[in-house]
Amino acid sequence: MSSPAGTGAVGGTEPPRQRELLAAGEVARIVARMAHQVIEHTAPEPVMLVGIPTRGVPLALRLADRICEFGGTRPDVGILDVTLYRDDLRRRPTRPLRTTELPARGLDDALVVLVDDVLYSGRTVAAALDALREYGRPRAVQLAVLIDRGHRELPIRADYVGKNLPTSRDEEVGVLLVETDGTDAVVIRRSRR
Amino acid sequence: MRHLLTTAGLRRETVTALLDTAEALKQALLGRQVRKLPTLRGRTVVTLFYESSTRTRASFEIAGKWMSADVVNVPAGGSSVAKGESLRDTALTLTAMGADCVVIRHPASGAAHRLAGWVPTHVVNAGDGTHQHPTQALLDAATLRERLGTLNGRTVTIVGDVLHSRVARSNIELLITLGARVHLVAPPTLLPWGVQNWGSGPHREEWEEHSRPVTVGHDLDAALPGTDAVMMLRVQAERMHGGFFPSTREYSVSYGLTEARLGLLPEHAVVLHPGPMRRGMEIAHSVADSPRAVITDQVRNGVHVRMAVLYHLLAAQEEQA
Repeated sequence: MSSPAGTGAVGGTEPPRQRELLAAGEVARIVARMAHQVIEHTAPEPVMLVGIPTRGVPLALRLADRICEFGGTRPDVGILDVTLYRDDLRRRPTRPLRTTELPARGLDDALVVLVDDVLYSGRTVAAALDALREYGRPRAVQLAVLIDRGHRELPIRADYVGKNLPTSRDEEVGVLLVETDGTDAVVIRRSRR
Repeated sequence: MRHLLTTAGLRRETVTALLDTAEALKQALLGRQVRKLPTLRGRTVVTLFYESSTRTRASFEIAGKWMSADVVNVPAGGSSVAKGESLRDTALTLTAMGADCVVIRHPASGAAHRLAGWVPTHVVNAGDGTHQHPTQALLDAATLRERLGTLNGRTVTIVGDVLHSRVARSNIELLITLGARVHLVAPPTLLPWGVQNWGSGPHREEWEEHSRPVTVGHDLDAALPGTDAVMMLRVQAERMHGGFFPSTREYSVSYGLTEARLGLLPEHAVVLHPGPMRRGMEIAHSVADSPRAVITDQVRNGVHVRMAVLYHLLAAQEEQA
């Protein structure tokens, strides 16, 4: 497995551009703890986990595995791409679209838990709430994130937080997962701006 | 991307991104009762059509509306154009009213290019004379990709009136960019001069000098067994002034896709037609309705491809020209 690009210092004197905050073992422990919290808050009602691409999807699948392990039943998992619902499309170059795949039984009256890697401004989640509405009327929608890094721009909060990570705006938080990046870790980088 | 005027010179990455977007849009709308996305809310798309059209105009309109854009249709007949207004003035008027994108069809080759130099809006070429019809080529590529998996290494045979066909020109360039070979079958009078040297796109260096991507023949029966897709072109009577072939019957016998010829195709091969079809002329009734014909798929994909084009043009930060 290759290490993520840009790890460690390149030159001799420059400070490292990227710092590891959580290692693989810690990521796994946090996901397990979140699974327990979801069960505690929702059992016996079945939940539907909906991952937001890219990294919300493998996180949702892992969470489903743990919930199945601890609670006995495996929740349905869906994928919801929110790109078409974003309010910042015209501030960036064209964003590629991802797949959307929701369980066949639909969202009506389901207890949906949105899953994403990092909660920051809250705009992705706001777009996700808009997108969900097009597919049905869930009984309730909750939010699970691996990292909450603060700096909210909208009145949105998560129901399940893996780890609160106070950051400054000129830093970037990167969640790396085996499924998408070849390794599990949470890193913090100085923004290039 | 600022305009979509031609498929010539489009990079493979750009084409693939457009086709991927079209596929994602198709999937995003699948099985939904409300086929409406908020993505282009508040943006205005004007279709300016100087030639008659059913499917292209309707397809652009539906594409815009499904993404919540406001779509205004301006047919040239019955507008100020009939009173003698020039293309430039009509376009500037529409722009002054707040159009963000002008979709233009015009009988003069190069009209879309000229327009793009005059107006500050995005311009999409929906067919200019005998020159280009890029969204048709994109929807054909989307359909072929859906049916054949990939276009790389595939052979597509284009049959008929290549001379007058903007669909053929757009397709030749796009198919070659995606790695396909193109075989043209037509009477010599309906082949443009030097057509073997077409396809000088951005990926030309990948083709060896002795294996040009475009080949030409006049025998349809000989071409069919080695083809992965056959694209029938409409004989464009409205652009023909002169004897290009002895009679429609003779054309139909030599170059029409009949039931018997359908049997010569490999099992996986599909039949395309950009429409409108002249049944009994270039394509037999039974062939047009056979399961090998993907003509309604083409129309369906047309909406998603045009949504993708509007998305790439209108839903991103403006590029500084």
